[in-house]
Amino acid sequence: MEKILTRNWGKESSHTLEVYLRDGGYEALRKALREFEPRALIDEIKKSNLRGRGGAGFPMGQKMSFVPRGTGKPVYLCVNADESEPGTFKDRYILERDPHMMIEGALIACYAIGAQQVYVYIRGEFRQQARILDGAIREAYQGGFLGRNILGNGFDLDMYWHTGAGAYICGEETGLLESLEGKKAWPRLRPPFPAVAGLYNFPTLIHNVETLACLPHIVARGGEWFAKLGVEKNGGTKIYGLSGHVREPGLYELPMGIKLRELIYQHGGGIRGGRQLKGVIPGGASCPILRAEEIDVEMDFDALQKIGSMFGTGCPVVMDETTCMVEAAYSVAKFFAHESCGQCTPCREGAEWIRKIMHRILNAQGRPDDVDHMLDLCDNIQGKTICALGDAAAMAARGFLRKFRDEFEFHVRHGRCELS
Amino acid sequence: MLSDESKARIERLFLHYPDKRSVLIPALFIAQEQFGYISDEAVRSVAQFLELSWNEVWAVASFYSMFFKRPVGRHVITVCMNISCMICGAKKIAEHLKAKLGINFGQTTSDGKFTLLEVECLASCGTAPVLQVNLRYHENLTPEKVDSILEELEEWKNGRLED
Ligand SMILES: Cc1cc2nc3c(=O)[nH]c(=O)nc-3n(C[C@H](O)[C@H](O)[C@H](O)COP(=O)(O)O)c2cc1C
Ligand code: FES
Repeated sequence: MEKILTRNWGKESSHTLEVYLRDGGYEALRKALREFEPRALIDEIKKSNLRGRGGAGFPMGQKMSFVPRGTGKPVYLCVNADESEPGTFKDRYILERDPHMMIEGALIACYAIGAQQVYVYIRGEFRQQARILDGAIREAYQGGFLGRNILGNGFDLDMYWHTGAGAYICGEETGLLESLEGKKAWPRLRPPFPAVAGLYNFPTLIHNVETLACLPHIVARGGEWFAKLGVEKNGGTKIYGLSGHVREPGLYELPMGIKLRELIYQHGGGIRGGRQLKGVIPGGASCPILRAEEIDVEMDFDALQKIGSMFGTGCPVVMDETTCMVEAAYSVAKFFAHESCGQCTPCREGAEWIRKIMHRILNAQGRPDDVDHMLDLCDNIQGKTICALGDAAAMAARGFLRKFRDEFEFHVRHGRCELS
Repeated sequence: MLSDESKARIERLFLHYPDKRSVLIPALFIAQEQFGYISDEAVRSVAQFLELSWNEVWAVASFYSMFFKRPVGRHVITVCMNISCMICGAKKIAEHLKAKLGINFGQTTSDGKFTLLEVECLASCGTAPVLQVNLRYHENLTPEKVDSILEELEEWKNGRLED
């Protein structure tokens, strides 16, 4: 299959402007500025069926059309480079290997919505990646792709990167905005949505790094072409990230909608050591786990939702038969308990209770009604919080409890793992 | 007091935002570089410089895990213990590090060289297990690899490698 988002990754110095320009870099921007009215550009993006790669899968073109025009207010684009969902490691490599593709995408998005400023919110741990991005932004200014009167078209745009400081909640779009405003990242109640009242209360569009990297290709080759790369309502290719017990962990750019089985066995080389597959978290720790017999599902937002899980970031964590599911569930529960921002009581308290109960089960102190107790806690978190972190904590825990209930009960009854 | 250099670095960032408060997180990183950690003095200096209250600054400093609330060692080693790393041997790596350094997570060696911290996913799951030393990645770890990282850091400390 033709590589699109990762086409430059194998080249030497692929992060530089020189290499990016060699194969038509920034030509899509030129085309967008010359041939498209902003509204027509949004229509083209709608045709592509591009859905947000940050986890929620909202159609990009539709979100763009929510940004009001001609209000005289400043309009912002925020690039979400906070990438902190356990299992997910794709944006990092876009930043390292081809930051200009994301920058060009951001430029196109800004032209479409009439934004004058971009902030790239990059997680604090990405110090090396921020340095690469900083270099790329400087090159783009020097090349006349950022700044005043870009490509002689009277379009002005400034881009800055902004560092996070170690908090998963900053990836949540309104937490990101609060953090960018110099506050603790407590998510905001919606409405109003950021498209109407976002950064400094002005219209703001927020997109993931990978989502934006798709835009140059949509402009260059057309929305319909992009849509056809994928499946119904899920256009394009995706950078899937495989981790865990596969022979060949890593990133694979493949069409939206490929079978999870194909991804694991054909591309990832199957399970390490010839072992049996036990479970897969299909798209980052927030997504309910699947059992081995469920992997004939297509990797797209709709197919995974239909079977009660989520596509998320499209980065599956693969677990073989030697994995203790109670331990895996505890690891995920610990993450959410630690990362709950503390604003909403159900999430702050509930995620910590789940963590504590899983901890005692692991330590041979489980009680007979612990599994039901945790399921109850999940019901009391989900849908009862300001942002989706609570939902994620509940759905992830419920996934493990429902799909591997036997293992939890064995632990409770015998005070040890059935594998030991 | 913030040094003139720290102040200049923070001031340059004012140009990026319509509101001075937006530089708070970068300013805290700059203060942390100067003071070694977010001490009471660091909080007061940043608050004064940005015309914020002590509380406003502390609320932010205490919210984010990369701001150290206590002095740390020269090399801060952060080990990912999340799901992909955990199932690929992160526990063994952590035990090895703890034994070698003679400390637990959250502690600093008595010679002030190393601080060991447990962190959440570092977006390096495909090359698990993983750690960072002062935010530099080391991936696909094995106990042997950990040994050579520590040896290199010892040399670094002795001034043989560029900081
Ligand atoms: C708790 C939480 C954490 C999130 N973390 C990220 C993240 O690290 N990166 C990201 O792009 N989106 C993240 N999201 C999704 C964002 O809220 C938002 O939907 C996304 O950035 C929109 O961009 P997209 O439409 O391009 O996907 C997170 C959401 C939640 C609820
Ligand atoms: S789980 Fe360790 S880097 Fe992602």
